[in-house]
This record gives sequence, C-alpha cells and structure tokens, in this order.
Amino acid sequence: MSPTNITSIIPVLACLASLLAVLPIVLLRSKPNFREGATFVAGFLKFGLVLSMLPTILDGTTISYTLWEIVPNLTIGFRVDGLGMLFALVASSLWIVTSLYSIGYMRGLKEHSQTRFYSFFAVSLSATIGVAFAANLFTLYLFYEMLSLATYPLVTHHQDKEARTGGRTYLTHLLTTSIGFVLPALIFVFVKTGSSMEFAGSGFLKGYIGETEALILLLLFTFGFAKSGLMPFHSWLPGAMVAPTPVSALLHAVAVVKVGVFCILRVYSGVFGLEFLKELDLGTIITWIAAFTIIVSSLIALSQDNLKRRLAFSTIGQLSYIILGMALLTPMGATGSMMHIAMHAFGKITLFFCAGAIFEATGKKKISQMVGIGKRMPITMIAFFIGSLSIVGIPLAGGFWSKFYLLYGTVQEGQYAMLAVLLTSSLLNAAYFFPIVFKAFFCKPEESQFEAKVEEAHPAAVAALSLTALVTVVFFFYPEPFYSLAEAAASQFISF
Amino acid sequence: MIEQSPALILIPPFLVAILVALVGFRYQKVCFPLTVLSLAGSVVACVVTLMRVIEGGTIRYFIAGWAPPFGIEFRIDGLNALVAVTVSSVGLLAAIYSKNRVPAENPDKVSQYYTLFLLLITGLLGMVITGDAFNLYVMLEVAALTSYALIAMGPKRATLAAYKYVIMGTIGASFYLLGVGYLYIKTGSLNMFDIHEVLKANDLFGSPAVLVAFIMITVGVWIKMAFFPLHAWLPNSYAYAPTTSSAILGPLVTKVMIYVMIRLTLTVFGVEYTFIQLEWSNIVVWMSVLAILAGSISALAQTDLRKMLAFLIIAEVGYMVGGVWLADETGMIGAIYHIIADAFMTLCVFLFAGILFAKTGKRDLSAMDGQFKKMPLTLVGFLVGAFSLIGIPPTAGFFSKWYLIQGGINSGHYEYVIALLISSLINAVLFFRMIEIAYFGVKPAEGHDHNHSSDHDSGRSEASASMLIPLLITAAILLLIGIFNKDLVAIITDFVSPFNIASGAR
Amino acid sequence: MELFEAISTKINYWVYIVIMMIGLFAMISKNNLIKKLIGMSIFQTAIILFYVSIGVKEGATIPILYHDQVHAAHGDHGEADTSHGEHGAVESHEADIHINPDDFTNPLVHVLMLTAIVVGVSTLGVGLAITQKLHREFGSIEEHEILEIIKSGK
Repeated sequence: MSPTNITSIIPVLACLASLLAVLPIVLLRSKPNFREGATFVAGFLKFGLVLSMLPTILDGTTISYTLWEIVPNLTIGFRVDGLGMLFALVASSLWIVTSLYSIGYMRGLKEHSQTRFYSFFAVSLSATIGVAFAANLFTLYLFYEMLSLATYPLVTHHQDKEARTGGRTYLTHLLTTSIGFVLPALIFVFVKTGSSMEFAGSGFLKGYIGETEALILLLLFTFGFAKSGLMPFHSWLPGAMVAPTPVSALLHAVAVVKVGVFCILRVYSGVFGLEFLKELDLGTIITWIAAFTIIVSSLIALSQDNLKRRLAFSTIGQLSYIILGMALLTPMGATGSMMHIAMHAFGKITLFFCAGAIFEATGKKKISQMVGIGKRMPITMIAFFIGSLSIVGIPLAGGFWSKFYLLYGTVQEGQYAMLAVLLTSSLLNAAYFFPIVFKAFFCKPEESQFEAKVEEAHPAAVAALSLTALVTVVFFFYPEPFYSLAEAAASQFISF
Repeated sequence: MIEQSPALILIPPFLVAILVALVGFRYQKVCFPLTVLSLAGSVVACVVTLMRVIEGGTIRYFIAGWAPPFGIEFRIDGLNALVAVTVSSVGLLAAIYSKNRVPAENPDKVSQYYTLFLLLITGLLGMVITGDAFNLYVMLEVAALTSYALIAMGPKRATLAAYKYVIMGTIGASFYLLGVGYLYIKTGSLNMFDIHEVLKANDLFGSPAVLVAFIMITVGVWIKMAFFPLHAWLPNSYAYAPTTSSAILGPLVTKVMIYVMIRLTLTVFGVEYTFIQLEWSNIVVWMSVLAILAGSISALAQTDLRKMLAFLIIAEVGYMVGGVWLADETGMIGAIYHIIADAFMTLCVFLFAGILFAKTGKRDLSAMDGQFKKMPLTLVGFLVGAFSLIGIPPTAGFFSKWYLIQGGINSGHYEYVIALLISSLINAVLFFRMIEIAYFGVKPAEGHDHNHSSDHDSGRSEASASMLIPLLITAAILLLIGIFNKDLVAIITDFVSPFNIASGAR
Repeated sequence: MELFEAISTKINYWVYIVIMMIGLFAMISKNNLIKKLIGMSIFQTAIILFYVSIGVKEGATIPILYHDQVHAAHGDHGEADTSHGEHGAVESHEADIHINPDDFTNPLVHVLMLTAIVVGVSTLGVGLAITQKLHREFGSIEEHEILEIIKSGK
C-alpha cells in the first residue's frame, strides 16, 4: 500500500497553539480567571486542530508540512501519521483535563508563581506535540531538547532544597543522555546516510550501516532518550516527583515519559525499520533490557511507601512494556505497544490525580497513612481503583486491551520468556496497587485514620479525576480511535 | 564611496581614536558618543563590504594605489568579510556596554581608555582584512599593545596578568615575525597570495626553510590564541581586567587569531601542504582534544565567574583548532562558523559577568543569588548565551557543534567528537550551577513554603539600559545566526569549497 | 667538519639564534621584572638582526642611485637580467636603462625593520609602564615578592 500524502499547515498550528498561548497567559497574569481561560481556549483549540486531522489519518493519508531548511539538507518538518496522531490525541486531550485539575490543585494549595507554571506548561505541550508530529529525526531532537528545558521550571516549581536536588537529577540525566548519546548518534546517521533523515514507514538506515554500527546506534538511541525511564537512566523520574502533582501527572505519566518512549518507537520503526531490526536480530537484546527494567522497577515499587514514588516506579515499568512490545517486532506487539501509550496514559493520570487530590485534601503523602481513606474520599478512591485496574490489565478498564495485544505479540513470536515477564509483572502490579485500595475501604474502624465524614478535594480536581477514570472504562468497551490508529501504523511498520 | 569600503572599515575607528585622544580629556563627555559613532560607521562599512563580496566575489583593494606584491593589499573574501562584520559589531556592542562602566572603573582615564579601545578594534580589523603578512604583524602588535594597556587598567592583579601577557604576547608575535622572515627569504614576497603562488610555482614546499617558517608561524599564532598548553597568560588577564576590556578581548582576540591561522593554512601554505604533506593532523587534533578537556575541567574548578569563562575560551579555542585540523571540509566550515558564533556567545556571557559585577560587586558565583527575581530580562539574555555555550538548539552554539561533530565523524576523529560532547556536558554543569543559584538562591528553603510572595515582582532591578540593550541584542543575534545558519554557512561554503579540502575518511 | 661548514656559511643565523636564546632565557628565568623586559628587548633585537642580515649581499652597496651611476649602468650592464627576481623592482627612468640588482643590498627588509623597531620600542614602553604600575601597587618589582603579596591576600 502506498500512503498518500497531503500538505497542510494544520500540524504546525496544532503545535504552535499552546506556544502562542504563553503571551496571553503572561499578559493576563494579574487576572487568574482570564489567565486560566486562555489556557483552556488554547487547549480546546489544540485538541480541535488535532481532532480535525483524525479522519484524514484514519483514511491512511499522512499530512505533512515543511517549515524551512535549517541546515543544508535538513529541514524543520512536520508530518502526521498514525503513531504521531495517537500520541498527539492523548497529549492534547489530557492537557485540557490537567488544566482543569491544576486549577483546583494550585488554587487549593495557594501555590506561588502560577503564571510561570501555566506558561511553561503550555510550552511543554507545544514541544510534546512537536515531537509527535516531527517529520524527521532532527526536528524530533529539537523538540525533545525543548521539552527537557521547558519542564525544568515545572519540576522545580517549589524552589526549595528538595526541588533543587530533584531538578538537578532531572536535568543531568536528560541532558547527559541527549547530548552524550542521541546527538552523536543523530549526526552519525546524518553523515552516513547523507539524507534528510525523514522518517519512513520501513526505515531508511538499511544499506548504509553494518551490523556492529547498527547495534551501537540502537543502544545509543535507546538509552539516549532517557525520558523513557529505561534502567539505568531512570532515577530522574522518582526524583522529579518533587514537582506539583499536576506536573507529575501530565508530564511524568503522560507527556515527558511518553515522549521518551515515543522517540524510541519512532527510531525503531522510522529510522531502523522493524524489518531491518529483525534481519539483524536486534530485537532480542532490547526486549531483555526492557524486561529487566519491568521486573526490577515493579519490585522497587512494592517497597515504596510514598504514593507518588510508587506511582513513579510503576510508570518506569509500564514504559518498558511499550518498548518491549515494539521490540518484539511483530504486528501484534507493535499494536499493543502503541495502544499502551494511550491506555497507560489515561490510567496513570487518574492515579496521579488521585494522589494529588489526597495530598491536597489531607496533606498525606505516605501509603501507610492512607488506611481508611476510602470513607473520607470515596470518589477519589473509586477512581484510583479503576486506574489501577487499567494498569494491571484487568477487564472493565482500557488497559486490558493493550496488555492483551502485547501478550498476543509474545505468543505470536513464541517468546515465552517475555510472556512470563509480562505476566509476572502484572501480578506485581496488582500486588502494589490493590492493597492500597483494599486498606482504604475495608479496614477495621479502629485502624482507620480518618473520620467517616465525606470530604473530597477541590471540585475541579475531583471532576478531572472522575473524567479520566470514566474514559478509562469507556476504552474497555470502545477502544477507538486508538486501536485503528495503532493497527494502521503497525501495518505500515511490518507486514502481517 | 562604495569602492572605498575596505578602507572605510579602518578609517573611522582609527581617526576617531586620535580625535578622542586629543579632545577627550578636556571634554570627557564626547568620548562615548564618538566611539559608538565611529564603530557604527565601521560596522556599516563591513556590512557593505560583505554585501559586495557576496555579490561580486573577492575584493582587492590596493592601499594608496600601490599594486601588490609591493604595495599593501586588502584582500577581502567571504571569510574575512564575515569575520570583519563580527569583529566590528562585537566592538560596537561592547562600546555601548562601556557607557557607564568605563567612568565607573577608570574615572580619570576615560579618554585614554576609549583611545585604546578604538585602536584595539582598528588593529583587529586590520588583521582581518589585510592581505599582507608583514602588515598583519604590525596590526597584531597594534592590537596586542592596546590590549596590554586595556588589561593593565584593571585592579592590582590585572597589572601582573598584563605584564605576563606582555611577555607571552611578545614571544608569540616575534615567532610569527620570524616565520614571515623565513618565508620572505624563500619567496621574496610578503603578500600572502603572492607567497603561495611563488611557493607553488617553484615547488618550494619540500624546503626545510618553509617548514621552519610554518612551525614558527603556527607556534606564534598558537601562543597568541592561547592554545593549550600555551594558554597561561589568558585566564588572569581576562578575569581581572576592567569589565569592558574583558568583554572586548574575550570574544575577539582569540577568535581573530584563529582567523589568522585559517588564513595562513588555507591561503599561504595551502591545504595540500598543511594537511597532506605535513601529516600533522592527527597530532594537532589530539592536542585540541587536550585543550578542550583541560579548558573545560579547569573551568569546573573555578569559583570566580570571569575566570571560569576565561577557561571556557581556552576550551573553545580547542574546538576551533581541532575543527580546522580535522582536514575536513565540514570541519573547516564548522570552525569558521564557530568563530562567529563563539565571538557572540563569549560576548554575551562576558557582558553578563560585567553586569553582575557592576550590580553586586562580587566576583564569584554567589553574585547570582536570587537574580531571577531581581533582573529577569538580564537573565534571559544570559540564558541564551549559556545555552549557546552548552549547545542547545536553536542557538548558534548548537549548530557550530553540529558542523564540528559532523566534520569529526566524517574524518574519523572520534576522539574529537567525544571531547566536544564531554565539554558540552561540562558546560551544562557549569551554567546550570549558576542558573540554580539564580533560581533557588544560595541557600534554598528547607521545606516549601506555600505563602511565597505570589506573582507580583518584588525588588526588581534590571541592569541599566546601556548594559541591558547590548546583552539582549547579542542574545538575539545568537538566536538569529542559529536559526538562519544555513545562509551563513552558504557564504562560508562558497569560500571553503574552492580549496578542495578532502571530505570523508582517509 | 660538516658542522663547521653549517655554522660558518650561515653564521648570521647562528648568531641571531644565540642572541635570541639569551633573551628568551632572561625572560623565563629572571625574577626581576625589569630584567625580563631587557630579555624581551634582546629577543626582539635578535629578530631585527636576522631580518637585516638577510638583506645583505656580498659586494653590494646601499640602494641609492646617483645620476652618473645610472649612466654607467647603462653602459656596463646592457644585457643584465631584468626578470623581477626576489630583490625588488628595477628602477628605470628611461626605457633602456638597466641596473644589476646584485649590486645593491635589499632595502625592503631594512624598511620593515624600521617598523619592527618602532613596535619593539612601544612594547618596551608599555612593559615599563606596567612595571611601574606594579611597583606602585605592590611596592616591588621582584616577581616572587609580588606573588607572595597576592597569596597572602591583598
């Protein structure tokens, strides 16, 4: 099949929508209601723009737009395809929900410098969409770096000692890997191929490099995009949990980490090409790296008492599912992997919202202090339950489908070791989530640390977390458009 | 008028320097406007010349109509037109910055200061546009003598640093002069292009005298550009000089010397001789790797802001020497592009260091304490410069690194690539350390306090306009030459490609 | 023997190198700042000597033409080589006058050295001025004393 292509400026506008929102946000800094209004307008505008491209993409058409040539032979270009669309949909829709949530959270806690917060939030979103729609490796890298820097002020929002340590870990990890690994790999690819490094459905590296070079490049890219939280470059993620919860939620469950795995998926599929990887048998090594991360991070998560840290380690494991799925180099694995971007996003953001809501309402951060909290904040904890169902991959939540395809992928290829890894990990997931929920609702009255009076968090926050929980359930019954997008993209990467 | 543009590059600063010396000490107020005006004139002349070069190719301008090889010739092509624009505009920006600083730091020597300042720019511009090897020596000494004095105008330690600079600088310039002497013995000419023609026509490249000349000139130039391990004069000179002096010397002196090195290797000795016959490439690239690492690591050990920046200059010199000696076309383009980019980014950070010193009177990093609140605009300017030095897109520094690394991979010098990356990371550490102090304060609060003063700004005091404007213009230039680097590189490529530097691994 | 020949035929180079090294030695090893400057001056003078010596030719005279010399040259060296060698242009007021450049020393290097001498004097001047400033600020012109003062803090 030959995908048709149309030229349109919409991807650029979708990327710029939030960047331009910075201006009104800064100008309206003295009127918080209007300032947040600007965020919402931009959010809906962005979501609308992304959505408007959806039918075209579902038809199998790609949309592209070239801005200008920045280095001889290299352009800043945008191109929308199935994978990019899927990711952009997730990110832009969740921005709106998160904005709603952050209003509740930030005002509820009377945080300082809210204008700065909203401004950099908008910039980060632009960078995220830029990554999603990047047409070539160079553009991808530019937006990747932009995201690292734009999120720094968000991570260190509190400007205290803890924030400084967290921010320092955050930047050292991300910059070391991106400058130290990705940049040379990028230039190496550019020198070797002499091409514009446009992503192609079946990769473009084949024929330019040998086996050893391919292996080195693959490892440089895989570890270089450290936003994906692959061990041993994962420790920025728990460190970055010092950020305000909306930031953790959107950026560390959705935007930043997903940008990391997205970049890796892009490089596997668009640069190397899954067929080429299969030819060189490079998938196995990646699956083992990912499997290691999955198991180890789940075990670490079990031992964490701080709720946000537990969620962070859970995220590290879940991200590696996505990498593992793609590295299986099968259509089903790829489909599952891409769907997991969306499913995990909605599930995990719900969990983060809940953690934040608990902190805002009660000031509690530790799991051991949350015994009996179900009676005090029932809506929140039900949402938490749904979110954890989705992460574990149990029916009635969208996460089931992505896990299903991932498992299907391992069976299809006969990789039973990986099957075992995925199943073990699911068990571990259940082991670190369900006790929280159980203790929250079913504890002896004398154990409970809360009075049985219902007192939820700020309404905006509750609305946001209910919404995402609801969407998670809806995805179980109707996993569109993500399934179609993922399947369409997978069929371009590798023949069924 | 247009035909005279090469001469008009030099005439305004030179004549005004004399004027300032004569009039300045009676009417101190006129020094600053006269300086700025003359440099603006020089910038215009440079830009006009650049335009003419882009349109019509190399310009040859014979001083007083004497034809070369006997007369002195200004020969302006893509390379030195670009460098001349850079030099004159950096000069202009630093001059604007100097408005309050010179009277504050040297109250009784304003006119002398501006005279030297203008003569320095004249010397540097002269080095850039001349096509005569001996004339270059004279201009070199004009620039050197003025910079000794400009440094010595600083406080106590600056004087000692200036003294050391006098000794080292004289050795460097003398070596250069000796080398030119040997070339003259062999070729009977002092015109750079003529020397190359004679060397080629008589096949003199095998001659030991030419080799001696090459070594002498190269070592001389290396001393003047502070190429590790010949850098000892630089850090203290730039760190303790008056802030305007370091803002002008830091970006320009080393960069102009790199230009001289490129000019001598490409134009006088030729690619064939320098890169293929001599087989020095590998050694010099390794030396540049050492320079990069030594500069960066020494910078890491500094607490004094300007000293740290001075060590970064040494690392940057390593970038460019390495880029030239990769013997690769892209590497050469990268090195030339980096001359321009680095001049502006060094200017940017030195201007900031000057502002910080002016504001707080402190030399060390603690001066950054809480400055994000106090002068956000100034910090934005600094951030652009810092990002450029780290190499974060889309600043100019990213693209120069891009070309340099590309050249390194092309020619198979992976050690150079790795050194560049390490240095980028060290720069990241250096600057984020400063950003952290500016953002969090020297001692951040233990716990986080929800009742921070909310959005309205408290105690905000930006740098004065005369200091802030050049900083922001420099930052804007860094972004512009980054985003539109392709056009700049097109000019450089037009210059470099006729030399047929081998591309690709050997 | 070869060594002797190498030295004797190129005596001027050997001399300049020896003088230069004396200068360099002084610059590096002397502690007194004025002595260092003297070394620097010697160093520069060595180079000037080198330049001047390369303009010299055996049996040649200063390049000034008298009226009768022009006529003599016209008679003696009618077929002299007029190709522009390495020793400058051939002066000719009338089309058929030829002068043998071998009879004259090369004036160009001497002219260059006038400039170099000026540069050398200015460098020395600046160096002395800076030394004076050092003396005013530190009360000493011995390098190690100054360094000690700096090390002891202010």
